Amino acid sequence: MIEDLVQMANQIGDFFRSYPSQAEAAAGIADHLRRFWSPSMREKLIDYAQRDGRDLSEPVRAALALLQAPAERS
Amino acid sequence: MLMEKSKDLGTPRRGWERGLEGRNGRHPEKPVREVTVSIDGKEVSVPEGTSVMRAAALAGVGVPKLCATDTLEPFGSCRLCLVEIEGKRGFPASCTTIVEPGMKVKTFSERLAGLRRGVMELYISDHPLDCLTCPADGDCELQDMAGDVGLREVRYGYAGKNHLEAEKDTSNPYFTFDPAKCIVCSRCVRACDEIQGTFALTVEGRGFDSLIQPGPTGEFLSSECVSCGACVLACPTSALMEKAVIDLGLPSESTDTTCAYCGVGCSFHAETKGTTVVRMTPNKESLSNHGHSCVKGRFAWSYASSRDRVTKPMVRRSIEEPWQEVSWQEAIQHVASEFLRIRDQYGRYSIGAVSSSRCTNEEDYIVQKLVRAVFRNNNIDTCARVCHSPTGYGLKKAFGESAGTNPFDSVDQANLIFVVGANPTDGHPVFGSRMKQRLRAGAKLIVADPRRIDLVRTPHIEAQIHLPLRPGTNVALLNAIAHAILEEKLEDRAYIESRCDLAAFEQWCEFIRRPENSPEAMAPVTGVPAETIRRAARLYATIKPAAIYYGLGVTEHSQGSTGVMCLANLAMLTGNVGIEGGGVNPLRGQNNVQGACDVGSFPHELSGYRHVSDEKTRRNFEQAWNVEIDPEPGFRITNMLSAATIGEFKGLYMHGEDLVQSDPDASHVIEGLRNMELVVLHDIFLNESSRYAHVFLPGCSFLEKDGTFTNAERRIQLVRQVMPPLCGKQEWEVIQEIAQAMGYPMHYHHASEIMDEIARLTPTFSGVSFEKLARLGSVQWPCNERAPEGTPVMHREQFVRGKGFFALTGYVPTKEKVSERFPLLLTTGRILFHYNVGTQTRRTPNSTWSKEDLLEIHPSDAEERGIRDGDKTELRSRKGSAIMRCVVTERVAPGTVYATFHFPENRTNVLTTENSDWATNCPEYKVTAVQVSRVFEPVRHEERVNGKTAKGRGAVPVAGE
Repeated sequence: MIEDLVQMANQIGDFFRSYPSQAEAAAGIADHLRRFWSPSMREKLIDYAQRDGRDLSEPVRAALALLQAPAERS
Repeated sequence: MLMEKSKDLGTPRRGWERGLEGRNGRHPEKPVREVTVSIDGKEVSVPEGTSVMRAAALAGVGVPKLCATDTLEPFGSCRLCLVEIEGKRGFPASCTTIVEPGMKVKTFSERLAGLRRGVMELYISDHPLDCLTCPADGDCELQDMAGDVGLREVRYGYAGKNHLEAEKDTSNPYFTFDPAKCIVCSRCVRACDEIQGTFALTVEGRGFDSLIQPGPTGEFLSSECVSCGACVLACPTSALMEKAVIDLGLPSESTDTTCAYCGVGCSFHAETKGTTVVRMTPNKESLSNHGHSCVKGRFAWSYASSRDRVTKPMVRRSIEEPWQEVSWQEAIQHVASEFLRIRDQYGRYSIGAVSSSRCTNEEDYIVQKLVRAVFRNNNIDTCARVCHSPTGYGLKKAFGESAGTNPFDSVDQANLIFVVGANPTDGHPVFGSRMKQRLRAGAKLIVADPRRIDLVRTPHIEAQIHLPLRPGTNVALLNAIAHAILEEKLEDRAYIESRCDLAAFEQWCEFIRRPENSPEAMAPVTGVPAETIRRAARLYATIKPAAIYYGLGVTEHSQGSTGVMCLANLAMLTGNVGIEGGGVNPLRGQNNVQGACDVGSFPHELSGYRHVSDEKTRRNFEQAWNVEIDPEPGFRITNMLSAATIGEFKGLYMHGEDLVQSDPDASHVIEGLRNMELVVLHDIFLNESSRYAHVFLPGCSFLEKDGTFTNAERRIQLVRQVMPPLCGKQEWEVIQEIAQAMGYPMHYHHASEIMDEIARLTPTFSGVSFEKLARLGSVQWPCNERAPEGTPVMHREQFVRGKGFFALTGYVPTKEKVSERFPLLLTTGRILFHYNVGTQTRRTPNSTWSKEDLLEIHPSDAEERGIRDGDKTELRSRKGSAIMRCVVTERVAPGTVYATFHFPENRTNVLTTENSDWATNCPEYKVTAVQVSRVFEPVRHEERVNGKTAKGRGAVPVAGE
């Protein structure tokens, strides 16, 4: 299951690549994960990022760091 | 016999101002100019341009007629409608004479009576006098007219030359053509031309030799006829007659209801005798179909009484055991106690449901309520996930509302039509015909599709530009079009400045102007020459209004949501949103995709597309439902299945949906279902998923229930019960009983009460009720205090989100790439005669036209592989293989192959991959790398009878999209 989550997250990351700054991309990815992913899926991905995370793209890793910070809803 | 016949005013409406806003069809705007005339001394005022015949009918005076009907242009051939007009010589035909101010018309005189009788006498001299045994007896305009003109004798006798022995054509499975009964009024020919736009029929010969001919084959079935039924409806005699009426006689009762096939949502009169449906005739008053129909809605409904229907609940302990029929009470108790047990044992998030776009709004609403209020989580998803979820996401981002912008009627004002990844003449035939009418009247057409769909070149229509892009490159192409528009400064600056978010627009401009988005850079990616892309950009940006129509060819991609946003960007860039004749219009695959999404069937949204994290919305529901609602999104279908494989998801209620057949990666789906302890299937047939189910609850066809469907233009229409449910219960009742058995109080007495609750809790639906829908025929949401009769065109003054948003839509190539092993790209689509995986249509005589899926391959690709037209071929992809016969055709470009997916035995969906849209997980059904090779084996036609496999019930799947 984690492979699927990683692939899905990286694909979301790819969409935000055309954003002008990495910070905006990370915020966009984090917002998407918050709005469309169930908490258990987010937890699994965060857990993977902390444990290993090597298959995650850079913008996704940055987004997960934001997600771990206290939740800000948009 | 039917008590009432709808009034036929003889010729079409003329002289009314165009425009859609502020009317719901029942309240047309003012006529441009009125003309007052006198008909037999009665003064009547009618719009300028009205025919004398119509004016007379409006004054309550019926002029006899045969070749005229108000759905067709006047023709003036039967000479029965002659009148006398003061100051005019002779006897003008009232259908082709236009009213003039002060005109004095006499519709009856001795001379007129004599002339009309003479005409009738000639007609009847070549017409069988078998009225009492004729299927049209009691519903025949010729008979009525004979009575009207007082025909008492036929002086010519019957010994002369005549057509009475002409052979009847019974080749079409649904209707017959009897030339002996034909009076050559040309209504059928004109219906085929003007309404359907197929031009299949013609009058051959002159004078006495005139004969209606269905094209050069001389037979309906093998002709170009698409069996839409328009000619049958237009025929004044029994020359064209439904076989069901020949067999059963004329219907005695009529109930208005809504078709359950595609997203056009045609309204029909379901005409019955007792509880048997005799025929379905299209509703002239309906704004979704204006009295037109296609072969599916008009004729292909016999699946509802198929012997394959399961009508008793069934339960089994494990999927290895045979089914046991049980009572409703036992079944519902079992379902309820199992869901409770699983929730106690594995936790709140271990159960969920999937609902269907085939079902009514009320059913979909109650299923999501079952999940949110009784299961106590948000694990609810719907089959729109695999078709138009990117539409919901993309249009919400851009405009603020997850819905198409314009009504179908708006196409009449479009001067440019841009069709992207849709095939309206096959997939949405009634709207396709409407679009063709507009194109024949001069609107320009751009088609972006890997395949040369019929619209690209069809009688009297030719696309100005066809962009035959490589599958999977929509975003590249659309970005390049936007680039060219900006480069040539063809954007609508004033519109953008007043209507759109300027900061986002500037950011988008910076992005889209990058060289990597230029037509020259994208030409090799898309396979479309840069100059063609530029021509398309110029045409789209310089003709207004321009309307975009798109389908699954946009959404079912790994960049489906991005593609939708690209379309929204183009429409805003050229100022085409919020106006009649423009807009971004999704052609929804199923009857109620829009509705299912509207009423809260997605795991992250409550009804009206309000996110579950929105506290105010949640509080409203919490108060109404008396439970706490989870503020976090639940699982999507694919997430439920993945969670099941690791033991975190254990119980699923599947309503009208067949995951094994219609979701991607069948082995993943099966593995998920096998890991569950309770799979409940609620459907009208056993299907592929039922092999993995523990409980089967029998459902109702659309003819057996009350409720509403919402079509692709946001139009909510009533579905009315025509016959009692075969299984004894409507579906909402079953779901309510499950909720009750799980300890949650639910007490609706009728589907209308569920709609009342939707209206109370959803601001865009607050003005909707069954009573209003019955009164007005339909409403388009938003329907509330501000728009009590609904909203045809959205985003008129401003966007729902305030300012229109230009999203950055970078092109990300799909992972599915051609290679040496898989050098061709397969894309998929529908044909006219079948619907999705064919569960319904394969159980009807529609199989006469198409018995199997076919592969289309370009001559050069075929030659390279030694494949000839009609050969049996094997397709292999990275995921699986399938066998189907092929058609060698230049419709597809070299490198692309195309197949339909209506026959599960052809396994088209087995080939497709697990790739999905980045934002919504909508599967990438439209791009699969394959290899095709010839199979040396005789094709065994007898393997399939009427399109069904010989394996019987257990093997027959239900469709999903």
